[in-house]
Amino acid sequence: MRPSVILKIGARYMQPLLLLASIFLMSRGHNDPGGGFVGGLVASTGFALLAFADSVEAAKKALRFDSRSFIPLGLTLALGSGIIAFFFGKPFMTGYWLPFTIPIFKYFGVPALFDLGVYFAVLGVTLTIIFNAATQEE
Amino acid sequence: MKIPLIILPLLIPLATALLGVALRRHAAAQRIVSGIGSLAGLAAASALLYTVATQGIQVMQAGDWPAPFGITLASDLLSAILAFMTAFTGCIVVLYSFGSINEDKTLFGYYPFTHFLLFGVTGAFLTGDIFNLYVWFEVLLTASFILLTLGGSLKQIDGGLKYVVLNLISSLFFLTATGILYATIGTLNMADIATQVALGKHKTIMLTISLMYIIAFGTKAALFPFFFWLPASYHTAPVAVTTIFSALLSKVGIYVLLRIFTLIFVENTAFIDGLLLILAGATMIVGVLGAVAQTDVRRLLAFHIVSQIGYMAMGLGLHSALAIAGTIYFIIHIMCAKSALFLVGGVMRRITGTFDLNKMGNLARTRPALAVAFFVPAMALAGIPPLSGFWGKFQLVLAGLELKSYAIVVVALCVSALTLFSMVKIWNKAFWKPMPPDSEAAMAAMPPMTGTELVCMGAPIVILGLCTVLMGIFCQPVVEFLMRASEQLLNPAEYIRVVLGGGHI
Amino acid sequence: MESLWAIVAGVLFACGFYMLMRRNLIKIYFGLALIGNAGNLMIITSGGLTRAIAPVIPEGATSIAGTYADPLPQALILTAIVIGFGIQAFTLVLLWRSKAVTSKGDVDDLRTTDITEKDHH
Repeated sequence: MRPSVILKIGARYMQPLLLLASIFLMSRGHNDPGGGFVGGLVASTGFALLAFADSVEAAKKALRFDSRSFIPLGLTLALGSGIIAFFFGKPFMTGYWLPFTIPIFKYFGVPALFDLGVYFAVLGVTLTIIFNAATQEE
Repeated sequence: MKIPLIILPLLIPLATALLGVALRRHAAAQRIVSGIGSLAGLAAASALLYTVATQGIQVMQAGDWPAPFGITLASDLLSAILAFMTAFTGCIVVLYSFGSINEDKTLFGYYPFTHFLLFGVTGAFLTGDIFNLYVWFEVLLTASFILLTLGGSLKQIDGGLKYVVLNLISSLFFLTATGILYATIGTLNMADIATQVALGKHKTIMLTISLMYIIAFGTKAALFPFFFWLPASYHTAPVAVTTIFSALLSKVGIYVLLRIFTLIFVENTAFIDGLLLILAGATMIVGVLGAVAQTDVRRLLAFHIVSQIGYMAMGLGLHSALAIAGTIYFIIHIMCAKSALFLVGGVMRRITGTFDLNKMGNLARTRPALAVAFFVPAMALAGIPPLSGFWGKFQLVLAGLELKSYAIVVVALCVSALTLFSMVKIWNKAFWKPMPPDSEAAMAAMPPMTGTELVCMGAPIVILGLCTVLMGIFCQPVVEFLMRASEQLLNPAEYIRVVLGGGHI
Repeated sequence: MESLWAIVAGVLFACGFYMLMRRNLIKIYFGLALIGNAGNLMIITSGGLTRAIAPVIPEGATSIAGTYADPLPQALILTAIVIGFGIQAFTLVLLWRSKAVTSKGDVDDLRTTDITEKDHH
C-alpha cells in the first residue's frame, strides 16, 4: 500500500511538533500532569507516524541514532539519578534539587533526571518495537 | 559517600546489564564485563549475607520516605541467603555460557538479559513491598521471555508462547489480588499489612486473597495443577538458560509463598496448610511420573523440577520451624544439584550431539569423568546419604512425622524412590548400555571439545557437585544456620519492627 | 458509582477469560489484554471513586485543603499499564513469529514442544 501524499507531507511537519510537545509534557511532570513516560510516548508517536506515512527508513533517519541505544541511555540516567543520593549519605533515590531554577525544567533535580531517563527509555523501547514490527510485516 | 549494602546486589547486575547493552557489538568485551559483573555481584551478596547473619535484618527506605509510604527494601536471613544463591548461580551459569553460548546469541544480547534476570530475581527476594514485588516479577519475566525465545526456532516460539501466556495470566491474578488487598487493608508495605491483619478485622476476604495468591504464585512456582507451562517450555532454550531458569524462577514463587504465608496470611492456617500439603503431594507425584516417562534428558529433568517444587511446598504446608528450615535447605540443594544435572546434560549433548537417551550409550567407559560428574548430583537428587538431598528430605520427613502428617511422608518417600529410578534410567541408558550402532556416526561427527569449552563447561559442574557433597558433610552447621532463618520467618515481630521502625538506612 | 464499575470490571474479566479459552492465538491475546484492563479498572474502583482534587500540595502551602484523591491506586495502575504495554507488545511479536512459522495460529499447532526427536522420524 502506498501512503497518501497528504499524510506523508503532514507527518513531516507533525513530527517536530510532536517532539516539542513531548519535551513540554516531560518538563512539566514535576508538579503538573505529564512526565517522562507520556512524553516518551508522544515523542515516539511522531516517529511512528513518520514510519507509517513515509517509511521505516525515513523514521530511522529522522531519529539519527539507533533506537535501541536510547534504552541503555535512559536506564543509565535513571540509575544515575538514584545514585546521586549516596553522595549525601542518604538511601537510593532520595530527592535533591539544584538551588537555582533553569529554563524548561524550572526545578531540576533527582526526579527530573529520573523522568529524563524514563523519557529516553520509553522512546527507545517503543520505537524498537514499532520498527521491528513494521519491518517484519513487509 | 555511603552506599547501603542491601542495594548493591541490585545495582551491580543492573549496571552490568547496561554496560553489556552498550557493548552489544563486541562479544569478547561483553564476556569480560559479564564475568566481572557476576563476581562483583557475588561479593556484594556475600557481604549482605554476612552482615545480615551478624547484625540482623537490613532495611533501606528508598527515597528516604518513611516505611509504610515509600518502597522498602528489607533483607532478613532468608532473603539474604537466596540473594546469595542467585548471585552464585549467576556466576556458575555465566562461566558455563563462556563455553556454550555461541557468537550469534552473544551478539543478540544473551549476557545483558541474563543480568537483567538476576536483577529481577534479586529484587524480588529483597523487596518489602508487595506491589514492588509485582514489578520485580515483571522485570524477571520480561528478561526470561527474551532469554527463552533467543534464537527463535519453532520449538522455542511454541514453548515461549505457552510460557508467556500462562505466566501473564498468573501475573494478572497477582495484580488483581494486590488490588483487592490494597482496597481491604489500605497499605502495600508487607510489614504494615501484617500489623493491620493482626487486628483481625478482615478474616473472610483475606482467605479469598490468599487463595488468589496461591493461584498466582502456584503458577510461577509450577505447583500442581498450574505447572503445565514448565515442562512445555524449559527444554526448548539453550542449556545455560534452562539451568538458570530451573535454579531461580520457580524458586522465586516458592520464596513469595514462604514470605506471605508466614508474614501476612497468618490466619486460617489450618485450611491453607492442608491445601498446600495436598497440592504438594500431587505436585511431587505428577512431576516424577512425568519424568519417568521421558527419554529426552532435558525434558526428564524439567519434570523433576516440578516434582521437587512439591517437596518445598510440603515444608511450607507443614509449617513448623524444622519443616521451613528443610524447605530452605531443599531450595539450596536443588539450586546446586539440579543445576549440575542440567549442565551435565549440556555436556552430554556436546559430546553425543543429542539429548535423546536412546541414542546415547557407553559414556561411562568413554567419558569416566563425566560419569562421576553426573553420578554425584544424580544421587544427591535421589536422596542418597551423605549427599545434600538426603538431609533435605530427612528434615522434611522428620517434620512430617513430628506433626503426624503420615500421608505426605509416605508420598515423599515413594516419590524419592521413583526419583532414584529415573536417575538410574539416565545412568543405564547414557552411561552403561552399549552405544546404539546408528548413533556412533553422529557422535563421531561432533568435533572434540576445545580446552576453553572443557574448562568453562567442566568447572561449574565440579563446583556444584562439590557443593552438594559439602552441604551433605557439613549438614549440622548449615541446618543450624537455616533454623535461625526459619525462626525469623515464623516470628515476624522483629522483621515488622525493623521495617516500620525506620530511622537507620 | 463503585458498584457500576465493579460490574463493568467483572464483565471485562468474564469476557477476558472467555477469550482465553478460544483456540485462535490472537483471540487469546485479546483475552489477556481484556483481563489486564479489567484488573486496572478494579484497582482504580477499589481505591474509591471520589470527586476530589489532585493530591498535589499547591505552591506556598504546607498541606492540601479539602478532600483529595488517593494517589496510590493511580500510581499502581500507571505502573501496571506501563508493564502491560511492554509485555503485550512482546507477546504480539511472539504471536507474529509463531504465525509466520506455523502459518495458522491455532493452539493445536503448538505441539512441537511435546514431540520427542524419535516421533519426528
